[in-house]
Amino acid sequence: MYEIPDGRTLFDGLSLSVRPDETVVLVGRSGVGKTTVLKLVNRLLEPHGGEVRVAGIRTTDWDPVALRRRTGYVIQEVGLFPHLTVAGNVGLVPDLLGWERGRIVERTAELLALVGLPVEEFGRRYPHELSGGQRQRVGVARALAADPPLLLLDEPFGALDPMTRFDLQREFRELMRRLGKAALFVTHDVREALALGGRVGLLTAGGLAEIASPADFVTSNHPEVRALVGTLDQTQNG
Amino acid sequence: MGDLVGYLRDHAGQVAGLTVEHVTMVVLAVVVAVVIGVPLGIAATRWRRWERVVMGTSNVLQTIPSLALFGFLIPVPFIGGVGARTAIVALTLYALLPIVRGTHAGIRGVEPAVREAGLGLGMTGGQLLRRVELPLAAPVILSGVRVATVISVGIATIAAAIGAGGLGVYIFQGLAMVNDTVILAGAVPAALLALTADALLGLLERRITPAGHADRRVERRPA
Repeated sequence: MYEIPDGRTLFDGLSLSVRPDETVVLVGRSGVGKTTVLKLVNRLLEPHGGEVRVAGIRTTDWDPVALRRRTGYVIQEVGLFPHLTVAGNVGLVPDLLGWERGRIVERTAELLALVGLPVEEFGRRYPHELSGGQRQRVGVARALAADPPLLLLDEPFGALDPMTRFDLQREFRELMRRLGKAALFVTHDVREALALGGRVGLLTAGGLAEIASPADFVTSNHPEVRALVGTLDQTQNG
Repeated sequence: MGDLVGYLRDHAGQVAGLTVEHVTMVVLAVVVAVVIGVPLGIAATRWRRWERVVMGTSNVLQTIPSLALFGFLIPVPFIGGVGARTAIVALTLYALLPIVRGTHAGIRGVEPAVREAGLGLGMTGGQLLRRVELPLAAPVILSGVRVATVISVGIATIAAAIGAGGLGVYIFQGLAMVNDTVILAGAVPAALLALTADALLGLLERRITPAGHADRRVERRPA
């Protein structure tokens, strides 16, 4: 349960768990608290009731800094550091963790290769010299830098054009399959949710209305889910 | 104008001495103001209560007429008295506002998404400040320092009124003697000093602007 300052309560009775190797995508309207869910996991926010556990330990018992360094975080507006190069952004968490220079350089090259941005070409560029899609890839690489077991993704592909978005979704799915990490992904795009989620949940003001595999999600009888899936049919036909 | 050049040539040694005094006062005052003002500006971004106190106080200080401030400080124990020390204290107080403002505005200007990313990646408050907020705020902070310096060069001419020396000595002498040439012998070098300081700090400002900084707006645009 989380109370927002104006007194409204979000997620009274929300219960959700993510297995170590699955991607759970939560879909919901704007303002329903999708970002809040993620921030409760890396303790940018703390619950006012109930508990959030990461690796079996309550977030309130975790040292927030240690917790966040073990949790990859990719946010809406990317949040790349504009004064650091691509390599500097990706190598940041390893640097905070006190890795040796050589190991950071190696890891940075490896990650940039993983997201399709060879370090020789992109490592020394600054974020403003990249396209939106490239920036998002850097954001993903940065989140993966210290090999965290858990990834939190807050509409990471929201601001991209449909083609780039499609490419990145496909790459992301492939990446998750290969890396076998837990990921909690939020989006307002049901199509994206169905494409990426091992399980898909519908988040509403009342809590989690439904959570199921993509196949079961589209056939759910829950009225809100049906309404959402209905919009999908419309856009496909129209 | 010819009189002025002649006067400066005849008194070259003295002009140089007064200029050194002038520059020393300004540099010391600005350095002290940075040492005090930057932490205050940071504090103002961290705690709301500090914000009001710090910004309010430095605003009020700025409104005190400079001649009056020099006068007020003379009887104050330890920092007061007649001479350069008192003048440096007064100049520091004037230099504070632009520096506190610049620091506050610079850090507040860092995009929330960038700050949030830093915290989300597991930066401590100190790391966020040193590695993200201060580097991104540096050009704005430096422009505050620049304004503070230019103001101080001007106000330091008044310091001569309390026996602190500097180029103001000529201005007050000239006023007493009703001699424009002597006034200008203080005023013109002081103005040149202000212009030089402004140009040098402006250059530095451009140098330290982080590479991605100028295009930060571009990042907001959905690509």
